[in-house]
Amino acid sequence: MAEKKNKKSILQTLGESQVWKSIIRSGVPHTRRQRMHAILGSVFLHLHPARLPKHAVKVGYTWCMGGLSFFLFVNLTITGILLMFYYRPTVEYAYTDIIDLTEQVPLGIMRELHRWAAHAMVLVVWLHMLRVFMTGSYKPPREFNWGVGVLLMTMTMFLSFTGYLLPWDQLAIWAVTVGSNMARAHPFIGHEGPGASLLAIGDINLVHIGSDVRFALIGGRFVGEATLLRFYVIHCIAVPFIMMIFMAVHFWRIRKDGGISGPL
Amino acid sequence: MLETFKHTVDYLSSPTISFSILTVVTPILFPPTDWFDKINRKLGFYLLWTKTGCAVALSVITFFFAVGYMDKNFSVILMKGDNFPIVLMVYSIFFFTWLGMHKAYINDERLEKGLKPSEYNDPDDKVLVWPDLVYIEFIALILFTVFLVVWSILVAAPLEEPANPAATPNPSKAPWYFLGLQEMLVYYDPWIAGIVLPLFCIIGLMAIPYMDINKKGDGYYSFKERRVGIFIFMYGWIVLWLFLIVLGTFFRGPNWNFYGPFEYWDAHKVVALNNVNLSEYFWVKLLGTGLPENIILREIIGFITVGIYLFILPIILAKTWLKDMLEAYGPVRFVSLMLFGLVMLSLPLKMYFRWIFNLKYFIAIPEYFFNI
Repeated sequence: MAEKKNKKSILQTLGESQVWKSIIRSGVPHTRRQRMHAILGSVFLHLHPARLPKHAVKVGYTWCMGGLSFFLFVNLTITGILLMFYYRPTVEYAYTDIIDLTEQVPLGIMRELHRWAAHAMVLVVWLHMLRVFMTGSYKPPREFNWGVGVLLMTMTMFLSFTGYLLPWDQLAIWAVTVGSNMARAHPFIGHEGPGASLLAIGDINLVHIGSDVRFALIGGRFVGEATLLRFYVIHCIAVPFIMMIFMAVHFWRIRKDGGISGPL
Repeated sequence: MLETFKHTVDYLSSPTISFSILTVVTPILFPPTDWFDKINRKLGFYLLWTKTGCAVALSVITFFFAVGYMDKNFSVILMKGDNFPIVLMVYSIFFFTWLGMHKAYINDERLEKGLKPSEYNDPDDKVLVWPDLVYIEFIALILFTVFLVVWSILVAAPLEEPANPAATPNPSKAPWYFLGLQEMLVYYDPWIAGIVLPLFCIIGLMAIPYMDINKKGDGYYSFKERRVGIFIFMYGWIVLWLFLIVLGTFFRGPNWNFYGPFEYWDAHKVVALNNVNLSEYFWVKLLGTGLPENIILREIIGFITVGIYLFILPIILAKTWLKDMLEAYGPVRFVSLMLFGLVMLSLPLKMYFRWIFNLKYFIAIPEYFFNI
């Protein structure tokens, strides 16, 4: 028995090696102090506080939905980058690249992973909102962070919407046509919106089909080549970029507003 | 037997009936006042939030989808890859609403007895994030990854024929999470259904923490302490957003006509469209004269109606029925609450005016695309 105790497991030996300690900084944590250091000393884990009230780590309270939203965002970023290797956003190649992706790439479930994770993210974000509402966690001092969350939800849906166009099949262009047709009717800046015809100099309409907000969104009078490129850039670069900034604020404010909500 | 079930479901799913049922049931399920609470107790609606209630409801949902997957018409819709999230949505939204309400009822009882909510722990008694939270996150992450991988292997991502701008599919549908908005297009013009209402949704949601002055129920599940707020949220979210998505996905076929879930999508189904504007009701049907040339005069009744609804009604309410509320909330909060509340309520109101009176627009100025 005594011999066994002295023998170190592989994990322990690894955990005390110079390489491990240089990367993780703290070694395998054993004491309370070391465990707190494991959180505080890691750039990723220090998103969390070192200690939490008991209810905060219960799945029954948080439903894990906020964390899963973030996980899905990371997941979608990774699968999205892999998809970008194969995909060219032009009318000529987009559809055939998708076919290529499904039929030629080994173990090709990357598109499925990306699409289903995107649908799941919309749902998970909604459920996160339901949880935060049901626990009254938007109440002061967390009002602002709820607003940031609502904007993040809107961006999630917009990301999903722009991504819908990229396969360039019938499903894609008609869903986006239906969606972007709403922009025609934007008051004043859509050419079929109320008040648009009032914005005119003499007989010359300032807001027409070639200059309104829908034209700006889809880069043309109908969903075409320019729309595909525009949605590709919005989907892959623009919205994720803005979203990351909002997420940073969202996470930072959770901590600054007193950490996770709970009963007093 | 099964046929009778299918016919009943088809009949009940028509927007007029299903929407009315939900509108009546929601205030009883989430009673905002004592009066509704009494009905809830009498009819036993609260039993839905017990564990048995959950099991029964999940069985009913499962039975509905099981019959659906075996039905030759409904399975066509259900088997579309992009519609599977809606099946997930029905399950998960029900389950998590149930979970929230279940926990809220437990806490309500505890609070009534003078106890602290069940989430409460001694503030000095904290747990370490490493390992207590980190391993939960790790497990959740792995389970969800497994779920996504299995889903991805089993269901192929949909890919239809190459895009063809010359061939419009019938029906053309937006992505599923926007189908609520597309459904609103039946009742409102695009500038309201596509721009104004979504904008009010977003801004209204963001404004919730500033309009809700109820300090109770922060940081734990509860219902009784926040019943009015929860009722309004649930009506807007479940009935006006999620239900319209289900309606738009499962019950809308060619030409955006209504089809029961078990009904065949017959593109030649004839639906009478005889919608009449308020101005035509007033000038042509009531007064027997033609429509006046002057647009403002022609639509005067509509302007008065909308004006009374949006601007006079809050003033009347502030002086009579909601006098105490104005005092408690202050003028700015009161005005925004009224604005967001009345705009939200305008959707079901417009739907009922359409169904009962075939009313097309309150204000119809197609010359300037200004139709309400």
